[in-house]
Amino acid sequence: MNRPASDHLTGAIDCDIHPALPATRVLLPHFDPYWREHVLRRGLERENFEPSSYPANAPINGRPDWHLPSGPPGSSLPALQAHLLDRLRPAHAICNVVHGAQVMLSEDLSAAFCRAINNWIKAEWLDRDPRLRASIVVPPHSAELAVEEIERLAPDPRFVQVLLLAMTEVPLGRRQNWPIYKAASQHGLPIGIHAGSSFRHPPSALGWPSYYLEDYVSQAQGFQAALNSLVSEGVFVKFPDLKVVLIESGVTWLPASLWRLDKTWRGVRAEVPWLEEQPTETVRRHVRLTLQPFDAPPTEQQLHTLLEQLGSDRMLLFSSDYPHWHFDGDEALPSGLSAELIRKICVENPLETYPRLKETS
Amino acid sequence: MSRHVVASIEEIPPGSRKIVTVNGREIGIFRIGDDFHGLINRCPHQGAPLCRGEIVSRLVAPSPGDYRLTRSGEMLRCPWHCWEFDIRTGQSLCDPNSVQARAFDVAVEPGKTLVEGPFVAEQVQVTVEERYVVVTV
Ligand code: FES
Repeated sequence: MNRPASDHLTGAIDCDIHPALPATRVLLPHFDPYWREHVLRRGLERENFEPSSYPANAPINGRPDWHLPSGPPGSSLPALQAHLLDRLRPAHAICNVVHGAQVMLSEDLSAAFCRAINNWIKAEWLDRDPRLRASIVVPPHSAELAVEEIERLAPDPRFVQVLLLAMTEVPLGRRQNWPIYKAASQHGLPIGIHAGSSFRHPPSALGWPSYYLEDYVSQAQGFQAALNSLVSEGVFVKFPDLKVVLIESGVTWLPASLWRLDKTWRGVRAEVPWLEEQPTETVRRHVRLTLQPFDAPPTEQQLHTLLEQLGSDRMLLFSSDYPHWHFDGDEALPSGLSAELIRKICVENPLETYPRLKETS
Repeated sequence: MSRHVVASIEEIPPGSRKIVTVNGREIGIFRIGDDFHGLINRCPHQGAPLCRGEIVSRLVAPSPGDYRLTRSGEMLRCPWHCWEFDIRTGQSLCDPNSVQARAFDVAVEPGKTLVEGPFVAEQVQVTVEERYVVVTV
């Protein structure tokens, strides 16, 4: 890669990159003594808690030229700097660690691992490169412990978001999750909802799929259900300042889903009387989507139709999804976007979505 | 525009309705307290006989779970797809500015005035003592 990088991403905000743990053992110094001993007694430091959605050898999970001599793709800061930060020169990149910690059955162990991961991200990544920001990883199955972790880290403005998964034990809008939204909203932290499942339920409403193809495509269905739940339960009415970022959700499913939501709402509105406006309006104000992996339609013209259907140029946020393989070279943006829209996607929309980026830049 | 006598007020007690035909057009006459309102019997969505729908309240919640019953008996729910309409204005709740059922002017007139004209009273026998519902189309 000797050719100079194009500069259209200079100053952009990359809203989704994935630092990976080289091995669970690197977390040991970041546990408190009790949980360090717990982990060691059980030999958990020898386990690999990578979610099975990301099989290590699947090409999609590591772009070939981003592979490392040792360790999983994404596990080296110098490599991230060389591949992405120094090359595309984004102003910031937001680290989203997706890890088995988020789906553990023991709420306490899940919380302990999340704390260790957050400490590790802070010490090994944020403290070493001023361009990096991170999402707070929380135990999603315990609102109480998740809020504790949010409160612990909120004073550090480099944590800009709270990370959840699309498909966990209960639909995300349920009131038992509201303490998380309340804490996030109070601290100016959007809720990032990443593709993924705790696999307590099949990712498809029809049951367990046989192949990754089904699983990956069903993620959109999971996002759709998560979004329906957040809207219908009135989360955005209760927390009018809350923003939600759908991460790796794809985009093309959204307009059709919103049409259906609006249409159906007209007849059953009385059941959810807190929804005073068309759900699409609410979604346009509160929901954002990261770009990669972009399920772009095949032609530019179709892309424009899709953008028109979204009905807002404020919803898309630039992301590279480093180190996953969704584009080659520096072509992280789909072609056919106007300069103005690129500026919105890369800079203005992220700054509007993540108020904490302004505090620190 | 012509004014039509469509009912005596006794025929439509508070909270009830009467569907009448004026110039071949069906109109629902609704009584809320002592106010009378007229709506075309045709839903702007897909043409259901709107005025046969259930008369309901407006359910609201300023915040999820904070339920309030308001404007009891002032909303009409379409019998087909359950969109709700404000009986007083014909405006839909889901899209009040563009989805509206046509509303007609309805007034109450004493029989004495009516006898003097000019009113069309095809369907109603007018007597001087009674009071009548008059719709303008
Ligand atoms: S016809 Fe009235 S709501 Fe559809």
